[in-house]
Amino acid sequence: MPVHHRHRNPPIGPEHDPQAALSIHDVTVAYHRRPVLWDLDLDIPRGVLAAVVGPNGAGKSTMIKACLDLVPRVSGSIRLLGGEIGGVQGRIGYVPQRETVDWDFPVSALDVVCMGLYRKIGWFRPVRRRHRSLAMEALDRVGMADFAGRQISRLSGGQQQRVFLARALVQDAELYFMDEPFASVDAATEEAILDVLRSLRDAGRTVVVVHHDLQTTRDYFDWLVLLNTRLVAAGGIEETWTPENLRATYGGRLTLLEAAGWAMGTAGSGQRRS
Amino acid sequence: MNDGIITIFAMATSPLPSATTGDGAFLRILLLQDFNTRVVVAGAMLLGAVGGVVGTFLLLRRRALMGDVLGHAMLPGVAAAFLAVQALGLDRSLPVLLIGGGIAAILAGLAVIGLRRASPLDDDATMAIVLSGFFGLGVVLLSVVQSSGGGGQAGLEDFVFGKTASMVTSDVVVIAVGGVLVASVAGIFFKEFRLLCFDDGFAASLGRPVMGLDLLLLAMTVVTALVGLQAVGLILVVALLVIPAAAARFLTDDLRWTVVFSSIMGAIGCWIGVTLSAAAPGLPAGAMIVLATAGIFVVALFVGPKRGLIQRWSLGRTLRRTVGRDHLLRSMLECREVTGDGEITADALMRNRSWSRSGLGGLLRVARRAGEVIQIDRDHWRLTDRGEIEAAAMVRNHRLWEHYLLEYAHLAPSHVDRAADRIEHVLDPVLVRRLEAELGASINAGQPGSPHPLAAHDFSRNAPLTGEQES
Repeated sequence: MPVHHRHRNPPIGPEHDPQAALSIHDVTVAYHRRPVLWDLDLDIPRGVLAAVVGPNGAGKSTMIKACLDLVPRVSGSIRLLGGEIGGVQGRIGYVPQRETVDWDFPVSALDVVCMGLYRKIGWFRPVRRRHRSLAMEALDRVGMADFAGRQISRLSGGQQQRVFLARALVQDAELYFMDEPFASVDAATEEAILDVLRSLRDAGRTVVVVHHDLQTTRDYFDWLVLLNTRLVAAGGIEETWTPENLRATYGGRLTLLEAAGWAMGTAGSGQRRS
Repeated sequence: MNDGIITIFAMATSPLPSATTGDGAFLRILLLQDFNTRVVVAGAMLLGAVGGVVGTFLLLRRRALMGDVLGHAMLPGVAAAFLAVQALGLDRSLPVLLIGGGIAAILAGLAVIGLRRASPLDDDATMAIVLSGFFGLGVVLLSVVQSSGGGGQAGLEDFVFGKTASMVTSDVVVIAVGGVLVASVAGIFFKEFRLLCFDDGFAASLGRPVMGLDLLLLAMTVVTALVGLQAVGLILVVALLVIPAAAARFLTDDLRWTVVFSSIMGAIGCWIGVTLSAAAPGLPAGAMIVLATAGIFVVALFVGPKRGLIQRWSLGRTLRRTVGRDHLLRSMLECREVTGDGEITADALMRNRSWSRSGLGGLLRVARRAGEVIQIDRDHWRLTDRGEIEAAAMVRNHRLWEHYLLEYAHLAPSHVDRAADRIEHVLDPVLVRRLEAELGASINAGQPGSPHPLAAHDFSRNAPLTGEQES
């Protein structure tokens, strides 16, 4: 729920880069008095694909929601594209977790994508043909043009995720937040999403992605935020992708599977890069 | 204190005044020949239509029970307004009582929202607390009104179970005004409500005031419930909000049409209810409206083209038939592959797959009608040319998938048959081409061999099952 704290948004520290796409300064978020994010402080520069990685319950989604002002923060301040969220909403895109909505809802894929334009369309005005054609273009970019008229419950999980991505694309934002867009999607969808993310970055946009797959993190992203309630590390992927950081992030909770994934990811990238 | 409750039950069972009855009376009602009937039918149908519009959004926002909370919460408001008017010595008039009910409903709505945010309680618990608390207070105030005497309280009872049959023109005007108001707000904010109900997080990220829109929806519900008091009373008003909207979900997959169908069905339900109650003296109109609407819901539940029970059942039946037919054709081809004999007995097929004799008989009959198999004699069947082509495609899909699983999922050869069994029916040409491309190097063109031994011993004796030989 937006804003209960705008009256106390302290100025951001001088150590933060004024040019950064996203600056989070000393942010603490709590649910029912239990801290979910503790004293988070980081910058993400413009034009990067950034992964937010950490174990379950590390506060990854909460970080995104705090940036979008969807959860109240106890303290700290956040700058997006150099401004406060209230002033830059039209330049921000958002892909929520797929599970947060009811996919039985009586709308078509095209209807959902059009929602990304509602702010641009404005109050009291209907969705018009030119809006729908913009939405069709976005659906086409994610390979879903053939499914535009289909009710969303009759799409596969991966197709639903691509519809969500298309909705973010029509927002034509400078800074994107995406919550687990790669979660349980098929290989074709993963490929399609990655293509779109890369083209966004190549066009100078910034994309912040909550990611859970250590195996692909190093290949897909060029910036990394390691999170476990507190910030473990943030920076370029080459500097931050170290066993020490991973261990510090996951502690004893790095499961065998995740460890194997990390090892494979590291080995795989090594081979490809050499 | 019990007086209030007793009054309520007495009201529920006491017959409401109804139009004249007798021979031909039903026809008069049906044809709307009396002015009074016309007024009542118009009012009730308007109400049903408005309830359907608001209810659609309420239901999709998962706030269906909120209508119930708001309805019940009006009782203390109406009673308090009555007492206040009486104490001030003013004329009790409908608008004043409605305003009292509206204020109480809004307070209840805010109480639900406040409790939800301030406490760790879930929505259902919160609503149960608020509903019962407000209604309890209402019952208490109602008994105070009863014991305070005065003939004036008669009108108060109408709010609990409605007074459809004695609706007058001014009531219909109130409903019409409220209805137009609510419907226009729904139209103006249609796009925003769609977004709110589908994805409130995304709405908030766009800077849309989620809380404000929720309050607007709440206000629309309050207005609808207020005007609904006239017809069905505060206990049953939730039915007009929820039931038509729920029924409409079985008819369409488009929000716009959901709203339209919901309001049409609400209106029809109200019309049927009013007509029935007017025709049969003694039946309470409000309850009849709810029953009629519920009847429409049941019909939609069964025959609705979108997820209706019959549609889902027939989809399932079609799928079962396709699967059975695919399995039959594949079994027959594999049987011939193993034995080299194209004339196949039912018993051989039954050893291959756990068919019942009657089930297999049904499948064979269907396949014969489709021209895919022919019966040679009493016991022997053969694939036609057409059946042969179909069966070859089926076997090919099955084996492609088996090979794929062996190669990429590293399943044991003995396990791939079952998995392929399920998927062969849904492999479309695109997937098949992809499989062929993936497997290109490892399988031959044409019919790939089975990666596991076909149960040769099953087919080898192409003869009747032991013990079941016909004499």
